[in-house]
Amino acid sequence: MKLSKRIFAGLATTSLALTVTACGGSDTSGNFDDTITVGILHSLSGTMAISESTLVDTEKMAIEEINAAGGVNVNGKKYKIKYIVEDGASDWPTFAEKSKKLIDQDGVPVVFGGWTSASRKAMLPVYESKDAFLYYPIQYEAQECSNNIFYTGATPNQQSEPATDFMYKRSPAAGGDFFLVGSDYVFPRTSNTITKAQVKQLGGKVVGEDYLPLGNTEVAPIISKIKVALPDGGIIINTLNGDQNVAFFKQIQDAGITPSNGYYVMNYSIAEEEISTIGPEFLEGHYGAWNYMMSIDTPASKKFAKSFKKRWGSDRVVADPQESAYNMVYLWKQAVEDAGTFDNNAVREALVGQTFDAPQGPVEVMPNHHLSQTVRIGEINSKGGFTILEETGVVKPQAWNQKHPSSKGYACDWTDPKKGEKYKL
Amino acid sequence: MQLILESLFNGVAIGSVLLIAALGLAIVFGLMGVINLAHGELMMLGAYSTYITQLIFKQVSFLNPFYDSYVIVSIGIAFLVSGTVGILLERTVIRRLYGSPLETLLATWGVSLILQQFVRSVPLAYGSGLVIAIFISLFTPLILSDELLHGAKGKLIRACTWGVSALIGVGTGGVLSSLVSKLSRASARNVDVTAPSWMRGGIDFLGSTYPKTRLLIILITLISVLVVIFFLDKTAWGLRIRAVTQNRPMSECLGISTEKVDIITFGIGSGLAGVAGVAVSLLGSVGPNVGVNYIVGCFMVVVLGGVGNLLGTILASLSIGLMTDLIGAGRLLTIWPDMPSPLASTVDFFATTSMARVMIFALIVLFLQFSPTGMFPQKGRMVES
Repeated sequence: MKLSKRIFAGLATTSLALTVTACGGSDTSGNFDDTITVGILHSLSGTMAISESTLVDTEKMAIEEINAAGGVNVNGKKYKIKYIVEDGASDWPTFAEKSKKLIDQDGVPVVFGGWTSASRKAMLPVYESKDAFLYYPIQYEAQECSNNIFYTGATPNQQSEPATDFMYKRSPAAGGDFFLVGSDYVFPRTSNTITKAQVKQLGGKVVGEDYLPLGNTEVAPIISKIKVALPDGGIIINTLNGDQNVAFFKQIQDAGITPSNGYYVMNYSIAEEEISTIGPEFLEGHYGAWNYMMSIDTPASKKFAKSFKKRWGSDRVVADPQESAYNMVYLWKQAVEDAGTFDNNAVREALVGQTFDAPQGPVEVMPNHHLSQTVRIGEINSKGGFTILEETGVVKPQAWNQKHPSSKGYACDWTDPKKGEKYKL
Repeated sequence: MQLILESLFNGVAIGSVLLIAALGLAIVFGLMGVINLAHGELMMLGAYSTYITQLIFKQVSFLNPFYDSYVIVSIGIAFLVSGTVGILLERTVIRRLYGSPLETLLATWGVSLILQQFVRSVPLAYGSGLVIAIFISLFTPLILSDELLHGAKGKLIRACTWGVSALIGVGTGGVLSSLVSKLSRASARNVDVTAPSWMRGGIDFLGSTYPKTRLLIILITLISVLVVIFFLDKTAWGLRIRAVTQNRPMSECLGISTEKVDIITFGIGSGLAGVAGVAVSLLGSVGPNVGVNYIVGCFMVVVLGGVGNLLGTILASLSIGLMTDLIGAGRLLTIWPDMPSPLASTVDFFATTSMARVMIFALIVLFLQFSPTGMFPQKGRMVES
């Protein structure tokens, strides 16, 4: 009895301490009428912490910026945004558990969170059953359209499709054969199914594909396969994840699979952050496709990069996922102000049609809860950035991909109750 | 011919990474019977040692002319670092748990988690300072004479050596963090070891390219294996280790200090994990999780080869390497293009890295059904059996 009491007291103190630190947002300054607390849910520990912590930094920065500019203005009342940061711990069930905690216990009106598709899939049922709202900032494989999630990353037709088109028609390896490499999970497999269908339409040939189990860095068999399939160079589409890219690029360079030998790699998961980890000397001459690149030469982009460096250190970089995370905080603020309430259903209605001058250029929320955005193709340069080669106009998102055999001819529209999640065009 | 040569090279290359990673475990698990789940983390420490050595060679001006040779130096450093941590682990944890494999397994798993979090949250400069301090305090008693240590002022002298090594550790930590700014902050980010220019690229031979890093790893593995075999078979300590492995109480009766043998065996096993870390750092990136990716493979090799048998470990890793290449790269179809179609589609189905792994695991399980003690079962009467 005594012991359990002591344990209980210990637990209570720790949880109190945690709550205090978690709520320790920014200092009170300016005149606010009230506060509103939002949830931030990313992995701060485990393998995904490296990537996801940059999103937490960006979201905090966006919230601080909004607070400095007077907070959220709802019906003439000024609300200061506070945040609770929860750790998803790179463990998908934990994401669902923490979502429940944020919604039920903390009563937050919105959660900004997630990175991997697996974490999103784990959280989705929680938000749907509680009719809460998740804002998800990562480029992903689509084939999903929830009324309770707002997706600010690119769908395949906003990243991989223009990139495949570029590689087949206008890259130095134009007209060459394709080899697809990816990590073994849902995003690379779905993305490659779409790429295969597209290459077929274009009249090209996919001569091989392989997937590396997550965590495995032995790429020698893949290299042998690439050499057999593409003896004289060609196009490699790479959807490997995280540090598997380091192993891949180090080893293909040693094996002579380089741009100077006619092999060009198009990457969907390598942004500025990853280039600096892998080392530009391994990546120079290969390509990447994103909505936002740090080298975009506009005042909005420069301001975004500058304020991030000012807030978190001059050696930090900004990349596409961070820009998406930044946009979603602002879009939520605008939708709340237009709705005049924090109530989910009203905010959801007000959200569709919101426009925002993002660092990448103008974006607009579409009825399928995705963003219309610009697509850019860049060549990786020796300084660790992208030299932007091409820029499309604003591309509308397809939640259901039109090249994937299982979703061809379907679309999503949450503004029309008759259409909803998946309807036939 | 070219195909056979290429396939053989790839198989040996993959196998040698497995072998160098499993070699230390073969000694610790095979000879001592200790299930050390922190083996992967000892590899990780070796990989980080390579990274730190590389940075020091880059930043310190008088070492700069020798930058190209840092990989060679880091092999020695990694051996010492992982060996030191291994000995510390043996002295503090494993020593108390001999004979209870389940507790050892859990305790070493805990240690592996601690080590992972350690490199995430402690600046590498101070981490290396700590390792140096442990190293000095562990090895000074060996240099000083017994009289000094256990004489009238023994306590004082021992306390002094601890104090001095702590001071040296803090000092090195401070010097390192001021010299190399990258080491002065803790970071969970993966870091990168860049091979010196002479190791980049490949050697062209009979129409195929052989990457130089792979050749170097094969060489490191070969030398390590030869040294271990020489040590175990030809030296007095090797003889004692083998004696203790076969019959602990009897060796003790004959005057062998089993405690010393344990320390040396565990230290060598851990040091070899550090050398494996150097090899692994040349292939991929260096991060807290680098060891986790190898630990399962290591145990697989040791079990397949037969516990306590170095020859088995060597053959097991090479055959797994060859199979990975044969199945994973779809070589069977290239060798035999007119395979009957049902067989061809099966082979094609398994010709991806993920499915090849499934296939290899299945084959190993099947093999162990027929030969539960591995390729080369330990013969003779053991005290445990």
